[in-house]
Amino acid sequence: MERPLTQHINFNRTSLNLKDYVSVGGYQAVHKALKSMAPQDVTKMVQEADLKGRGGAGFNTGMKWSFVPMNEVGQIKYLIANADEMEPGTFKDRMLLEGNPHQLIEGMIVSAFAIQANISYVFLRWAYKKAAWLIEHAIAEAYAAGYLGKNILGSRFNLEMHLHTGIGRYMCGEETALLNALEGKRATPRAKPPFPQVSGLFGKPTIVNNVETLSNIPHIINNGPDWFKALSLTSDAGTKLYGISGKVNKPGLWELPMGTTIRELIEEHAGGMKKGFKFRGALPGGASTDFLVEEHLDVKMDYKSVSAAGSRLGTGTMIILDDHTCPVGFVHNLEHFFAQESCGWCTPCREGLPWTERILLSIENGEGRMEDLDLLEMHTHHLGPGNTFCALAPGAMEPLQSGLKYFREDFEKHINEKKCPWR
Amino acid sequence: MLSKEEIRSIDHEIALVPVRRAACIEALKIVQHHRGWISDESLHAIAAHMEMSAEELDSVATFYNLIFRKPVGRNIILLCDSISCYVMGYEKIYEHLQTLLHIKFGETTPDYRFTLLPNPCLGSCDHAPTLMINQDTYRDLTNEKLDDILKEYK
Repeated sequence: MERPLTQHINFNRTSLNLKDYVSVGGYQAVHKALKSMAPQDVTKMVQEADLKGRGGAGFNTGMKWSFVPMNEVGQIKYLIANADEMEPGTFKDRMLLEGNPHQLIEGMIVSAFAIQANISYVFLRWAYKKAAWLIEHAIAEAYAAGYLGKNILGSRFNLEMHLHTGIGRYMCGEETALLNALEGKRATPRAKPPFPQVSGLFGKPTIVNNVETLSNIPHIINNGPDWFKALSLTSDAGTKLYGISGKVNKPGLWELPMGTTIRELIEEHAGGMKKGFKFRGALPGGASTDFLVEEHLDVKMDYKSVSAAGSRLGTGTMIILDDHTCPVGFVHNLEHFFAQESCGWCTPCREGLPWTERILLSIENGEGRMEDLDLLEMHTHHLGPGNTFCALAPGAMEPLQSGLKYFREDFEKHINEKKCPWR
Repeated sequence: MLSKEEIRSIDHEIALVPVRRAACIEALKIVQHHRGWISDESLHAIAAHMEMSAEELDSVATFYNLIFRKPVGRNIILLCDSISCYVMGYEKIYEHLQTLLHIKFGETTPDYRFTLLPNPCLGSCDHAPTLMINQDTYRDLTNEKLDDILKEYK
């Protein structure tokens, strides 16, 4: 089984430096793309590979790039690596950032070449201190070796790269809010259109891609779209970094073929549930995805299958709900997070999320009423897709609506018994 | 008043961006690095240097949770209170911290040794519960481990 993204990552030693990376074939994709390919051909190849955005939205990466205007010579454009990993339960980009920073940098150089961007940023969350140090160091090495800077490998392509570390707030992961943060503003989302591909950072065409997405680029350039598609077990191409946290024997992170089932992830890779704990459900791709339950264990973890089962692949890092954990407390914890992280820009989110959180807290504390469940249900519609400015509130409603569906008895029990049965 | 060193660092950041105010978050980070927090006085000084109104800069400063607009202790404890740490029992760690330090979330010990804050997901979910103190991350926390960890911070 091929593991292109993680094959050279070894956590028993330090991360790959430039010399290590080059010795295992690193920067070959930069040579190939910059010396022998036209920018549009790079985009076309990535589009054909059907690399879907690994940050959660799952949009075809090459297609996203193809919206960048290519006709104006000398136009300032930006490429940004979204390394603001902050979706609760998600820890996959950290592995790529700490384990193989040059793979990300190489992916960024090729991607920037494809859209002819000359300035690039790594937008890194503040908490990843080790990653910050490693990326800073790797960028300096890449400049010194001539992979960044002016006239890269004699190709006349120039690229600057900067590391920007954030100062908190989940909203920074939303691509237009990230742009505002980079411009020194509050990280609130922007209206679309115009899309960032046309008018992004400082009003210039900008592409924002997730770390895992960008780390895949060198491998697609080196091996081609057919190879990339063949890595997968299903119609969604590539491998995927999957993770599991919660009461399993071996919580962790694994690069596996796209389409690995939930059952295989839990039983084979995470070593099954801990002794004495039973599986009740899981959020398949981070805090903002709908619960899947026992009947879904054989669902393949790819974009189409998870979506057909009523949830989203999201980030592919799963959080397990076990039978010793209160589902109401679990959902309350999620809504507390979303209420706190709402940027306050639009009313349904700013007002609705704290309301939702307080209702859940009162139910958890045994002070709930049956009609509160209707109120919660109402919020799942009012804060759903199309009613808010960005995807934060609709994302927040996903575990709530499916929680009410699958664990309704537990909600009712809290109300009837006037206490949390788990406390 | 900003120090010469602060101004030098801020001007370095300003030179990297096409619009002066785009460096205002970096400016807040730089001043907080030197002074520990952003007082009203610091805020006004930075705003003047960035050619922004103090209100505009404050709207940015108060948006981000790691810019401190109140004095904080010498060591900042950020305890993850998100979902994986919830499942793995961060609440017990929080209780233990309260017993040891006699402070709750948002508070600072009277000797300014520690400030305790909740923090969303720290990206170490496979080793929950987890917390950060200053630059350091601690994983797979237990109450016993916590006793030893805190001794490292004076």
